[in-house]
Amino acid sequence: MSLDIRNVSKVFPGQRTGMFGRGEGFHALDDITLSVRKGSSFGLVGESGSGKTTLTRCILRLDTLSAGQILYDGTDMSSLSSTEIRRLRARLQIVFQDPYASLDPRMTIHDIVAEPLVIHRDILPMTARQRTDRVMELLLQVGLQAEHLFRYPHEFSGGQRQRIGIARALAVKPEFLILDEPTSALDVSVQADVLNLLHRLQQDLGLTYFFISHDLGVIRYICDDVAVIYRGKLVEQGPVESIFDNPQSDYTRMLLAAMPDPDPDRSPFRKVLSAD
Amino acid sequence: MTLLDIKNLNLAMRSFEGETQILHGIDLVIERGEIWGMVGETGSGKSLTGLSVSRLIPAATGRYLAGSIHFEGRDLLTTDERAMRSLRGRRIGMIFQDPTTNLNPVFTIGTQLVDVALHAGHADPSILRLSSNASGRERKKAARRVAIEMLDKVGIPNAAARIDDYPHQFSGGMRQRVLIAMAMIGKPDLLIADEPTTALDVSVQAQILKLIHDLVAERNIGVLMITHNLGVVAQICSHVAVMYRGRILERGPVGDVLKRPAHAYTQALLNAIPTVHTKRGELRGIGDIMQEISR
Repeated sequence: MSLDIRNVSKVFPGQRTGMFGRGEGFHALDDITLSVRKGSSFGLVGESGSGKTTLTRCILRLDTLSAGQILYDGTDMSSLSSTEIRRLRARLQIVFQDPYASLDPRMTIHDIVAEPLVIHRDILPMTARQRTDRVMELLLQVGLQAEHLFRYPHEFSGGQRQRIGIARALAVKPEFLILDEPTSALDVSVQADVLNLLHRLQQDLGLTYFFISHDLGVIRYICDDVAVIYRGKLVEQGPVESIFDNPQSDYTRMLLAAMPDPDPDRSPFRKVLSAD
Repeated sequence: MTLLDIKNLNLAMRSFEGETQILHGIDLVIERGEIWGMVGETGSGKSLTGLSVSRLIPAATGRYLAGSIHFEGRDLLTTDERAMRSLRGRRIGMIFQDPTTNLNPVFTIGTQLVDVALHAGHADPSILRLSSNASGRERKKAARRVAIEMLDKVGIPNAAARIDDYPHQFSGGMRQRVLIAMAMIGKPDLLIADEPTTALDVSVQAQILKLIHDLVAERNIGVLMITHNLGVVAQICSHVAVMYRGRILERGPVGDVLKRPAHAYTQALLNAIPTVHTKRGELRGIGDIMQEISR
């Protein structure tokens, strides 16, 4: 699925002043225009408070837009009926940042991964047996085993939980996956495995990724195109190589410079230390 | 004298399932002016090593099987709680990961800093620059002055006015600066920083790292920096110890360890970090490598 975000703004209403008045609203998103090509990985980079999450919520239609349009394969969601929106949502899934908070501790892995299948049973009609088979298939696809089927989330490590989150997102065979900082709660060693899993799944299933992160290394590794946002405004966008190798804005240059490189020779402090 | 000397530290923790040994013979020496990075994955024991130095392992569940921790020649493991309290926040400063949960939301920044300054001033009046027979009011006034100076030093703009703000009026980076100010008020000789920048944005992280680096250069203190980010270690640390399952696998000057890692695990950790130079598909996870090593 391709996604076109056109001149999207989102203003949260300001504080009440007196009985009828309102203060000036907060511009969480200000005239954002992006397009995500089908089958590509699009990275969204920004610091906390930059509007990344608001944009994601707008894409999922969990928030309404103040202005602009979001087109999914050319159709505007605001023109659709509620049934059609639900159909569209099945094609559009999300993997959350915190694998400790996004899995219900009282549900078994089977029930967690099968839940979207139950919700969207009108689109993908399945018997209970078929659902279990599908869950099994998904677990194997994300690198878990069949024996994990009836365990609970607390029995899994962070990386395994994130795999469960990915399996759940893939359950209804979506075309578009929003990945909201999927690896920032994980160790680097585990992060590498999850990133490689995402890369493989994209190749196998032809998914389109909308990847949100503040880690520029991760974005560079997984994405084809990237957009940098700062305080609700689009700073820069383009192919990953050109943004990283030849940033045009000061903000992007600052972000790149602030990224800690694991090579000690590149440290800004190192010269001072060796002079001691 | 050696600032911190950890010898053969063995720690076991009790849980519902029985006692498990967490640390297996940790040896570490930190001298003044050194910033030691301690890296490892979740559960490798790096935080518990830091907590052991400040003796914050709960006595009910933690038990030291063997070893010693000498801080300027004094064994901390045999020091009683009363004496430890005069060391903590005074000679040994601590900064923790999450600046939001480590500040009390119902007191102003000033109240919390003044508390620390008064406590530190009680042990060492020179911190408040008062004679030992100063009155309570004088002490409070001096403590507030010290608190403002410290906030100013960690780069809080307009510190004299902002000291009366509450924690929620500060951004995440500024709260972390407040915590650093709090840790530095007692003029510690050793600073234990447990993931001080993990919750922060990269641009703020760079500022905090610069702040810690400058404090070390200025006061010649020793730092134990616990982190899982090898990028942070490469930037700021002079030495690094790599931990895995309660053991230190490799240690040495940062340049040696990160440039020419002797242990396959260290190399694997480095390979797992996507940098701007990594090509897609090049990253390697660690699971397979550690299985090969332990085989």
